Amino acid sequence: MIESKLKVATCSLCGCFGCHMSLLDLDERLFDLAEKIEFDRSPLTDIKELGECDIGIIEGGIANVENVHTLLEFRARCKVLIAMGACAISGGVPAMRNQYELKDCLEESYTRGTGLVDAQIPNDPEIPLLLDQVHPIHEVVKIDYFLPGCPPSADAIWTFVSQLLAGQPITLPYTQIHYD
Amino acid sequence: MSEESTFTLDGRKVPFRDGQTIMAAALAAGVYIPHLCFNPEFPPHGSCRVCLVKVNGRMQASCTAPAMAGQVVQSETEEIREIRRGILQMLFVEGNHVCPACEKSGACQLQAVAYYVGMLAPHYTHFYPRRPVDASHPDALLDFNRCILCELCVRASRDVDGKNVFAVQGRGIKAHLVVNTPSGKLGATDFSLSDKAAQVCPTGTILSKHSGYEIPIGQRLYDRKPINVVGDVAALAVSKGGRRHD
Repeated sequence: MIESKLKVATCSLCGCFGCHMSLLDLDERLFDLAEKIEFDRSPLTDIKELGECDIGIIEGGIANVENVHTLLEFRARCKVLIAMGACAISGGVPAMRNQYELKDCLEESYTRGTGLVDAQIPNDPEIPLLLDQVHPIHEVVKIDYFLPGCPPSADAIWTFVSQLLAGQPITLPYTQIHYD
Repeated sequence: MSEESTFTLDGRKVPFRDGQTIMAAALAAGVYIPHLCFNPEFPPHGSCRVCLVKVNGRMQASCTAPAMAGQVVQSETEEIREIRRGILQMLFVEGNHVCPACEKSGACQLQAVAYYVGMLAPHYTHFYPRRPVDASHPDALLDFNRCILCELCVRASRDVDGKNVFAVQGRGIKAHLVVNTPSGKLGATDFSLSDKAAQVCPTGTILSKHSGYEIPIGQRLYDRKPINVVGDVAALAVSKGGRRHD
């Protein structure tokens, strides 16, 4: 009988997909990874519905209501939840908007920007409402592991995932711990 | 050396002179104790608490605790690492330390000490304080978001440069760095990049304008080796990736 693979879901909330690009930088190591895991919902599979998973990897902080719902769903369906990258861990660059009122941010982009025609702040019901501030995900749900970096290098992701899948404590070498 | 003039630090005998602190003696013996507000060129400040050690079973800041014969000092224990990590985490959430968007990243003492104590995430709830950026000076940029109130620039400007450009105003959580002019702007002072005060910041609060991100990622001061091996950014010459002007 084939040993069942661990189910892994990933998503990018308020991030730039840089962490997911770094995940793809695993290159040929992805084949080794594919022996042990199977992706559930992820930008890599385009599966829309999140199933019951062993591991959830979150890139990005929370900046709108949809981010919050997705995060809560990941926490509910994933046994182990990982915050990957600076945005998930501290809000990152998007959280720099916390220095300003949300209204000022929107007006700066959509009504005071240059070259705008019929300037207005987008208000379609399909667009998730923005939160007044961007926050890291550990302020909303319990996080089991943190993997810092902007993005974490493929080597750091590989060390982390290898140790996690082997059931070992996570110990990253010095050169693989970075906040940038 | 006689028995009277040594203490033990993590089991290692460290000699000291009368009047030396535990930190100064450790530094002279080449033993690293993590620190932020301490700089060997200035009298100790004792405010950041990162250099906390256990002296005969009692927690003390090693930069202010006098060395005494026969002391048993512990520094690199998991208990102390945990406390230091907590202090670093509090420093990170109190300010706005956006490493990916900071020019000092990679040569930042705050970041390097956080790496050294194994901080993976800030753990606490972020304050996201709203602090201004002062770009009024022609050569220097002041980003108050990154200030950890070590007062090294205050001390350097007052005691070395004789200019008294900086001060800390307010108390407790309201304490913040200010510029000593009626407008509060750095551009209104005689501050210069060759001042000692421009070279001592352990974070990216005081930066020079007109240049930036010159050293590629992977080759920056703390990219390859930790701070206990490399040394403090303020103690290293500019030519070695540090901030000290020789």
